[in-house]
Order: sequence, then C-alpha cells, then structure tokens
Amino acid sequence: MTKTFRMDEAQPRLLDETGQGVVGAPLDRPEGKLKVTGRARYAADGLPPGAAHGVLVRATVAAGRIAGIDAASVSGIAGMLGVFHGPRFLRNPAQGMAGAAPVQPGDEVHYHGQPIALVVAESFEAARDAAQRLAVTYEETGPVVTDPAASDRLERQDPVTAGDFEAGFAASEVTLDRSYTTAPHAAAAMEPHAALAEWDGDRVTLRGALQMLRFNRQELADSLGIPAGNVRILSPYIGGGFGSKLGIGPEAVAAALAARALGRPVRVVMARQTVFDAVLRRTETLQRLRLGADRDGRLRALSHDDRVSNIEGEGFAEPVSQASQFLYGADGLSFAQTLARVSRTPAGSVRAPGEAVGMLALEQAMDELAEMLGICPVELRLRNLPEKNPVTGQPFSARRLADCLREGAERFGWAGRGAPGSRREGDWMLGMGMASAARSNMLVPSAARVRLDGSGAVVETDMTDIGTGSYAILGQIAAEMLGLPIDKVEVRLGDTSFPGASGSGGSFGANSAGSATFLAAKAIRETLAARMGCDMSELTLQDGIARGGNREMPLSELVGGQIVEEASIEAGETSESHFSSGFGAHFAEVAVHAYTGEVRVRRMLGVMAMGRILNEKTARSQALGGMIWGIGSALTEEMVHDPRTGHVVTRDLANYHVPAHADVPGDMQVVFLEERDDMANPIQTKGIGELGISGAGAAVLNALRHASGARVRDMPATPDRVIAAMEAAAG
Amino acid sequence: MRAFDYVRADSPAAAAAQLEEGTSVIAGGTNLLDLMKIQVMTPSRLVDITRLDALRGISPAGEGLRIGALVTNAELAADGRIREGWPLLSRAILAGASAQIRNKATTGGNLLQRTRCPYFYDTAMACNKRSPGQGCAAAEGAGRMLAIFGTSEHCRAAHPSDMAVALAALGAQVEILSASGATRQVPVTELHRLPGDRPDRETVLEAGEIIAAVHLPAPQPQTRQVYRKVRDRASYAFALVSVAAVVRLEEGRIAEASLAFGGVAPRPWMDPHAQETLIGGVPGDALFARAADRLLEQADCHPDTEFKLPLLRRSLVAALREATGMTDPAPGVETARIPA
Repeated sequence: MTKTFRMDEAQPRLLDETGQGVVGAPLDRPEGKLKVTGRARYAADGLPPGAAHGVLVRATVAAGRIAGIDAASVSGIAGMLGVFHGPRFLRNPAQGMAGAAPVQPGDEVHYHGQPIALVVAESFEAARDAAQRLAVTYEETGPVVTDPAASDRLERQDPVTAGDFEAGFAASEVTLDRSYTTAPHAAAAMEPHAALAEWDGDRVTLRGALQMLRFNRQELADSLGIPAGNVRILSPYIGGGFGSKLGIGPEAVAAALAARALGRPVRVVMARQTVFDAVLRRTETLQRLRLGADRDGRLRALSHDDRVSNIEGEGFAEPVSQASQFLYGADGLSFAQTLARVSRTPAGSVRAPGEAVGMLALEQAMDELAEMLGICPVELRLRNLPEKNPVTGQPFSARRLADCLREGAERFGWAGRGAPGSRREGDWMLGMGMASAARSNMLVPSAARVRLDGSGAVVETDMTDIGTGSYAILGQIAAEMLGLPIDKVEVRLGDTSFPGASGSGGSFGANSAGSATFLAAKAIRETLAARMGCDMSELTLQDGIARGGNREMPLSELVGGQIVEEASIEAGETSESHFSSGFGAHFAEVAVHAYTGEVRVRRMLGVMAMGRILNEKTARSQALGGMIWGIGSALTEEMVHDPRTGHVVTRDLANYHVPAHADVPGDMQVVFLEERDDMANPIQTKGIGELGISGAGAAVLNALRHASGARVRDMPATPDRVIAAMEAAAG
Repeated sequence: MRAFDYVRADSPAAAAAQLEEGTSVIAGGTNLLDLMKIQVMTPSRLVDITRLDALRGISPAGEGLRIGALVTNAELAADGRIREGWPLLSRAILAGASAQIRNKATTGGNLLQRTRCPYFYDTAMACNKRSPGQGCAAAEGAGRMLAIFGTSEHCRAAHPSDMAVALAALGAQVEILSASGATRQVPVTELHRLPGDRPDRETVLEAGEIIAAVHLPAPQPQTRQVYRKVRDRASYAFALVSVAAVVRLEEGRIAEASLAFGGVAPRPWMDPHAQETLIGGVPGDALFARAADRLLEQADCHPDTEFKLPLLRRSLVAALREATGMTDPAPGVETARIPA
C-alpha cells in the first residue's frame, strides 16, 4: 500500500537529527567502478541471442511526401532482413513528461533529417550500408522557411506583466535597450541514443537510453498502440542526457516495430550524425532586454522579450525569461515571447531550458547597466533583490543570493579586478566578470519502495541516473534514515517494474525521488519505533543498532523477516504559498588576445545555495559540469543550419564545439553555502543539475568585456565576433 | 561501409603498382575509415602499407632529414632532431587532432587527408569533389570553414592539415615513388592541385604513385619559428586560419621570412609578395599589416568567410610579433629560436 504525501507545509528536518552521518558526505558513486571498467550495461551493450541490427534512414528533403521506398534497392545486400516504415514511426522524440506519442507523420516529411525508415540486417555493417543505399523518392513541396527571422508563422504569447513597465521605463533616469542572440545548441551527450527491443508474446521489453521511464512507458505504448501494461523499459545506466533523452525517440519505436515483425530482438543505435539530425535541439534565441534605473541603481523597469523557434506540431517554447521574472525587482516588469515556426530539427529541452540562454542576455544587460551607472556589478545586483517574487507575489522559500554574491566577490578577489582594460600579459588582456545564478526549483510526483531485512536495505524506483549521482544519493538517504552503513544499502533504478518516479529532468530528480525514498524509509522507522515501544522522536538508528525506550537491539533482530514500505510524494500547498529556486553567483577571469580575439578562461568560481546537499562530491561535479556548459554557450557551441534546407550542417563533435579540456581552466571552484529549503520538500533540498550553467556564460562574457572592451551580444563569442566587437569598441 | 578487398603490400613499389581506380592506400586510417563508414569514399580495394619498413623512420639526408611516409604524427612531433632543428613542424603537428589520432596518423596520410567541408561529408549534398559535375552545395550553404585563396566556382574546400603548412614554410619536398621504383620530388606546396573544374583531382600523384617520404632541407640557423593556429575552441578543432612563420632578424631588420597559411586554401598557402614586403623592414605592426595587405589582395570570400580577412590579418600580425620577439608567445606556444 503506497503512502502518498502532499507537501502542504514545512516538515521537520529529520535528516539533521539522524545519526548515521552519510547524507551530505562526498561519497563515491556506488556504480562508478562498474562504469569505468566497462561492466555497467548501457542500452546498446550486449546483444541477446538472435538479435538483429537496425539503422535509421533519414529524409533528404526538407518538406514533402514520401512517394516510394524501394526495398528492392537493398535486397541484394547480404544479410538484409527488412525495411520498415509506416504510420507509427515517430517524427522526433517526445517532449519531456508528454506521456503520449509525439507526432507520427506517416508518409509526410517535415524536416530534413527526419527518420523515415529503419533497415534491419544480420550485421550492423550491412544495415548501415543499406541505410545509405535505400532508394527513396519524394514529392517535394516547395521551399521551406528555415530562418526564424523570415518566418511568417509567428505565435505571440500574451505577455507576463507586473506593474507598469512603460511608465517605469519612461520615468527612469538611465535606460538600456539591447538585443542579444544565442545559437541553437545540442545536448551532445556522450552516449548516442540507443534501443534494444524484444517481444514476448504481446509484451515488449525495451532497453533504452531514457531519462523518464514512467512517462516513456506511456509514450512507447501509445506510439505502438498497445496497453502500457505490456511495456517494460529498462534504463539502468545512461551516458548523459541533458534533456535529449526525456521522451521516447524514433529509435525506440522503430526497434520495437521491427522486433515484433521479425520475431527477434532488434537493436538500433543512432549514429552521431543522426543524433544531431533527429534529436531535439535547443532553439536559437533573439532576446531584447530593456532596463530602466535610477542613478543610484534601483531598477524601475525590466523587460525581457524573446523570439524562439520550433517546428509545427511541437508545443515546446524555450522559457527564455524564466529567471528574469523573479531574480530582480522593478516597478514595472514585462515579458513577451514569440514562437516562430520553422523547418528545422525540432526543438525541446536542453539542460536548463530558459535560464541557460535567458541569463546570458539578462546578466550581460545587468553588466551593461552597471557600467552605464558606474556602479559595481555585484552592488547593482544587491540593490535590486526583491522581497518577494515580483510577478507572483510569493515569498521566497530560501534565498541566499546576497550571501552568494558577497562570498563569491570576497573569495574571487573581485575588489582587485582593476579598471577595464587595465591588466595585460603580453598581447593577452585580462579581465573579470560576474553574474547571478538562478534556476527555479520543482517537485514532481514520485514513488519509491524501500525493503529492509536482516542484511540491509534495498531501494527500488524507476528513477534514472543519467550520470548525476542518483544511485549515490538515494542510497545515502536510505542509509541515513535506517541507520545503516552505506554499503548495506542497494539501490535499483531504471526499471518500469519498480514504483514510478519523477525521472531525471528539470533538476527535480533528487528532490522528488529523494523525498519518496525518504518517506518510504520514514515509514519503516515508524514500524521500528513501534516495535521498540518508543516514540519516533526517541528512536535512533546507527550502524545497524536500534536504540529507544531505554532498549538497544540489533536492527536485524528487530526487523525479523523484512519490512517493505512504498511511498510517494506530490507537490502541495507550499508550492503555491512560496517560490522556490536555487541561487548563486558566478565569477570568471579570462584572457583575450588583443589581435586574434581568442578567449581563454583563466579561472571560475561558483558560489551556490541549493538547499541541503545530499552528496558533496556528486553535487560539485554537477555544478562544475554546468559551469563548463556555461563556457560552451558563451564561447564555442553553435549548431549551424543550412539556410536552404534547415538541415544541421554541424553534425558531429568535430564541428559542434563543446569545450575541450583546453577550454576549461584548471582553477574551477565551487562553494556551497549551507541552506535548508523547508518549503521545497521534506528533505529540504533543491535541484542542482542546472544551476551551474545558469548565468555562468554571462560571467565569462562580462569578463571578456572587462578585459577587452568587446561586448559580444551574438553568442557564442568566437574569435571573429570578438574581433568585430573589439573593433566596434575601439570606434 | 561497402564491402572491399584487402591486400597487404610486400614492397613500396608493389603497393604503388596496385593503385588503380577504386583502390586506396590505408596506413593510419584516421580519415579514410571515417569516410568509408559514411560512404563518402567507397574503395573496392585497400592496399595496406603499414608493414613496409622501407617507409618508416627518420634518417639524415644531406644536411636535412628524410621522414618516412609511415612515421606517425606523434613520433615526428616528439623527435629530438625535429624539435631542435625544425621546431615549427613539431608545434604544428601538436596543434592538430588529438593525442590518440596523432598516434595513428602518418606523415603521408596527413598530407593526403581530405577536406572537412561538411557538404563533402554529407552524401545527401551535392559535391563536385565527391562526385564531379554534381555541383557544390557549399557555395550557397553554410561556409565558415571554407577557403579564401585558390578556390574555384566548383569548389571552395580548404585543406585541413596543420603539418603541411609547417612543411611548406620550411621548404619541404615530397618524395613520390612509382611502381617502377623510380622516385621524384615535388615541393609540398605543389603536391595539392588547385580545384579548377576538377576538384576531385586533389594531388599531382599519378596512378601507380605513392608518397614514400618527406624531405626537410637543412635547418635554418638563427631563425625564430612560430605556428599560430586560431580556431573555434582551444583544442581539437580545425584552423579557422593558421600562420607558420620562419623569420631571421639581422641588426634589427628582417633578413629572411618564410610564411605559410592554413585553413584558407585547398593547399598550404604561400604568397611571395607578402614575404617580400617584410624583407629589410624593421619589425612593427605597420610593417606586418602591409604584408597582410599584400596577402589579402588575392582573397575571394564566400559570405560566411568574410571574417577570415580581418582574422588572417590579425593572426599574421600576432604571429610576426612573436616571431620577431616583440611579444611573449601565446600560452603553450613557446617561440622556438634556433641557435646559430
């Protein structure tokens, strides 16, 4: 019987009272050794007997209808098993938490690169050859609009407003009106998307690279037209997701269809090029920031408008101004979004949708305003922290932004940064920049089961670990609550036969799956207290010994056989009454070459307050990874689309430039400030995965400006753009 | 990948003799295998030369060195003689690819690697280099990595090698072996053809010829050598532009200068006029800018490569500032000074 808990009010900080001392500790990942020794079984690892190999075939026109797919064109290839296509094929992966099939376009082609068929053969090599050679004929439908600036299919959302922006802007002594653009981004996870499907009668088991199994099961069932109860998904290890594996994808549905038709397992692994062609990208953005302030730096008006794009049929629109709606206060605020329909690879969630690109513009605009006012950028931010969420009026649940800003400035040596352009080493100009960090926090329905027996405990949930540390933290929570050494707790994830969890997305996994684990373990504690004949508050559990009511007893004896509890959590009143977000401050020092415009990040510091830290090591890795994403979005990452067809030109990791080791400074520091968010969830945590990226790139770009005078508003700041900005600054 | 025959050559001449239409030599395979997987190259037969000892090793030849075609990029860059006498070459090699790739890639293969134009790499796109007469999808496509010198309306692809740029500035020669056992030498700068109306014909190698070695001339004493590569990230990316500079000063004036440029042409690009501009001049930004002016006179840009004009100008100035001791070198690019 599952106990469902609604987060309606602040809960006692039980994890501060328990005595095992493992929550928060910088423990290694329990599955780490398996991963680095190649024994962790990812989706494409291992092949069951009789498995066949499938390779996806892409559309090579931008729009039209498939007139014919000539299977005979590849029938001569040795080992060919079949060519599959049809009305159940997916156009693109499902959006996060869709819970239903995405667009199934039948014989229509909506973008260049769309998966339109699967060729299956006895060997991977034969299938790949066939995918190249398959003869497909199209009826093309005219030129397509690939450039969002040229699109006439514009969907304008009603603006979000508070107060009177226009009046505030007009009354401001200093105003700024700037446009910024960001490039389309790819998640570029190391593991390409993969699926291995196997049927047993009318039931299918899918090994996939997926982030949100509870939803993915519904999506796969809906795509195939079978009951969800007939679908089992296994995704125990995932080689990075960053949003690109939130929803069921074309590879999974194609593998399942072919496996059913052939009566044998089928594995489909996307080529890297296919990942770029057919996995949801992050939209490019055009952003307009208007800020109005008094001479003393108090904001009177703040507006952040944006234009994003997506293909027809996808509802997702990158929430660009999300952080701008609560980070600073002003008399009048206004946020308007336009969604342009274009023919490009569909867009969806990529790490920190909204903040990742919105804060590049917002935090550069704040830096520009500070410069216009002659006020320190740290001080300008401190002067504009609102008492409550300026749009919704909710009080903040926990917000140590001011502490992060001050602590960061102190630790980074901000006071010694000198005048703009005043520091130089040879032909390299040095400068420092900073930015605020914010990423709104969520709690998503999630369930977990905890089983305690004489030998230890087992946690089971269909939660995933996409490299973030879910295995580690869920084990730590259970061990802490049950008074067990960490090696006495086993965590089993990534199987839809376990209780359904939030999945990994939106940085809500630790909050949600962690709370469910906590609640199940707490229910076991209640049983144990009753057996000890004491009150819950009197019970202590440590190293396998229960104490309470003047008794002491080995846990193994107290448990007898086993105690099993399943619990689930959902958001409640506190998500209405309070606004919860992670906050932080990023600092960066960069060197800019005065001639070539090359930018090298010298050091970075992120000071963050993200509620209770469950594992200091995996949390730090998450924050560092996010900050490196910040470097990428500021300096290197740009997905290029062909102007005629919209197809992705940068289809591999040689052309899509994620930061290489040499782009990442050796001196990267992360500092967590102690915090508990009582309104967020019963374990007082906040999401971590995405705060590191939010604002980090702006700190780099503000440092670029401080060093060189170049203000690069079209990102990424590649050498050509830096040169143009330096020449513009020099007049 | 298409099915193919595989043969192992017994001798360099025997390897050359087997090079008919549809046959490719395989050595490190770092580029060829990628291209075969995506069927940009579909040889029906591969001739493996990796066991031919005659193509290995670095040996003295006159006052210079003979570098066997199978010498790996890693081996060449690390060779003590190279680092001392021709440091430019070592620096250029280390500016390219990754350690893993340099361990496999060979000297001959580096010279013969194909362009990284993304339209060449995509069989759904028209490409005259891949399929003569098909057209060039890059011409009106996205062209950030395209060349600005030596192109034609049929092809604007750039040669991606860093090593070749350094070899050009050093005046290296390519030793070509034919099936008869005869050899001939051509300057590295003349190995690659300009595309004209046949961009598929990339080099002067005839059927039945292979690269046997590269010859470095005598070291150039008292020169400073700089390889300056500017790219879209700090490592593991092809050059937007690169500059190889070998400069000798005499009494505060430039006595000798050899310049070669990468990322900007279908072959390592040299411009005698730009070099001449420098001779006899006192090092300074104004002088270097005049050399850049001469160089850029020949440029012909795709809309997406307009940026290469200021970037190349500035990179040349930056490289010459380092090569003439006007500034400290870029981090990790310590300037090499060859003693007298």
